Amino acid sequence: MAYEIVVVGTSWGGLTALRELIVGLPATLGVPIVVVQHRHRQSDHLLTTLLQDDTSLCVCEVEDKAPIAAGNVYFAPADYHLLIEHGFFSLSMDEPVRFSRPSIDVTFQSAADTYGSRAVGVVLTGANADGAQGLRRIVSRGGRAFVQLPATAESPTMPQAAITAVPEAQVLTIAEIAAQIAGLTSPAGTRT
Amino acid sequence: MAVPVRVPHSSKQSLDGPPVSYNADLERIEIELLLEGVYRHYGFDFRAYAYASIRRRLWKRVEAEGLTSISELQARVLHLPEAMERLLLDLSVSVTSMFRDPKFYQVFRDEVVPLLRTYPFIRIWHAGCSTGEEVYSTAILLEEEGLLERARIYATDINDAVLQQARAGIFPLNRMQEYTDNYIRAGGKRSFSEYYTAKYDGALFSPSLTKNVVFSQHNLVTDRSFSEFNVIFCRNVLIYFDRSLQHRVHTLFYESLVMFGVLALGSKESLRFSQYEACYEKLDAREKLYRKIR
Repeated sequence: MAYEIVVVGTSWGGLTALRELIVGLPATLGVPIVVVQHRHRQSDHLLTTLLQDDTSLCVCEVEDKAPIAAGNVYFAPADYHLLIEHGFFSLSMDEPVRFSRPSIDVTFQSAADTYGSRAVGVVLTGANADGAQGLRRIVSRGGRAFVQLPATAESPTMPQAAITAVPEAQVLTIAEIAAQIAGLTSPAGTRT
Repeated sequence: MAVPVRVPHSSKQSLDGPPVSYNADLERIEIELLLEGVYRHYGFDFRAYAYASIRRRLWKRVEAEGLTSISELQARVLHLPEAMERLLLDLSVSVTSMFRDPKFYQVFRDEVVPLLRTYPFIRIWHAGCSTGEEVYSTAILLEEEGLLERARIYATDINDAVLQQARAGIFPLNRMQEYTDNYIRAGGKRSFSEYYTAKYDGALFSPSLTKNVVFSQHNLVTDRSFSEFNVIFCRNVLIYFDRSLQHRVHTLFYESLVMFGVLALGSKESLRFSQYEACYEKLDAREKLYRKIR
C-alpha cells in the first residue's frame, strides 16, 4: 500500500517527542509529514527553528494554499486550523474545537477525508484527548494508525485516549514509529 | 498499563463532517449543486470558496438543522429564506480579535505610518471587515499617531448583519483582557480602557473612532473596485477562497491601490502563490506587509 501523507498530533511534551521522531527519520522521505502541535496562540517560529536544527528535512510552518510536497515536515501555524486538500493546504480561523486551534481532530479528519486509505495518523504525548476521533476516522477510511506507547510518553493521556478510540492502532515507541514512517515509501518513490 | 481514559466524545460527537460511509465523490457533487443553487437563487457566490473549509461549515449547518445530507440542506435553504440567512451567517462570518497578531500592528506603526504621514489625505480599505475588530484596531492606531483626522476608512463586508454589529462598536466585555494584552504588545501608547465604556457584558467603543469610517456592503467575489486606496487590509479573508478566486481578488486589490500603496495580508497568507508577487515589494516579509511598486 502506498501512503501519501503522514499526520502527527501532539500536545504536552510535544517538543521533546517531535525532536526524537524527526531525528529518527532518514534524510529523504517519500511522504510529507504534517504536524499539529498545540501551542499558545501568539507563539512564533521558535518551534520550527528549533526542530530545523535537528534535521536536513525541510521544517516549515504552513502558509495558506501552500503545496504539499513529499520529504517536508509541515507545522500547523498557531491559532489556525489546518485543512488538507488534494495536494495543498488551506487554513481556517473557524472557532476552536474542544478549546484547541489548531485542532488535531480537524486536521486528521481532513487528511482522512481527502486521502482516504493513503493517510497515516500518529498520536504522541499530550494531556487531553484531541486526535482520538480523528485517528478513528483515518482508520475507518482504511488508513494506518500509530500511537506512542503511553508508558514512554511525558503525558500518556492523549496516546491512551487514541488507543481507546482506535484499538487497532499500532502502539510503539517513538523510535519505532520513526522507523515505520521511514519504511512507508522509499525515496525512489519521491514525487517532485 | 495506565488507567483507561474515557474518551469524552462518543461516536455521536460531530467532527463537522459526513459519516464515514458517505461517498466522497457524491459529496462533492452535492456541495457543488448546493452552491450553484444558492448562487442562482439568492445571488451569493460561494462557488470558489476553499473546498475543505466550506465543506466543514456546510456539515455544521446540516447538523444544526437536524438533517443528514447536503442535498437535504440544499432543499431547505432554497425553499426557506430564513434557513439561507442562517447558512449565510455560517459561511460569511469570520471571527477575529482586536490587535490580532500584535507584532503586525507594531510593524505597521514603525514601517507604514511614516509613509502615510507624507499624504495630506489617506484612504484605507478594510476588505472583509466582519464585525469590525480590526477596523477599530486601525482607528485606534491612527488616532494615536495623529492621522485619524485625515484618514477615511472604508470597511466592507458581504454580510450586512455583521456590518451592523461593526457599526454599533460593542464587543464582548470578556474579551477585553485579551485585547488589552494585544494592544500593549502592539505598541499601544495609552491605556486601552480609555477607548471604551463597559456596560453590562459589553464594551462600547468611542464613536469618535468611527467618525471617519464608512461601513458598507461590498462583495469581493462579484463587485468592482470603488475607489483608490493608500492601504488595503485584507487579513485572514482570502484563506477561505480557492486559488482562482484569490487571484481575482488580488487583481481587484492591485487595481485599487495607488502606486506605492500598501497591502496588508494575514500572517499566514502570502503573495508567493499569486501572480502579483512581482508587482509588490516586501515592507515586512513576516508580517505580510507589501508595497505596490509597479
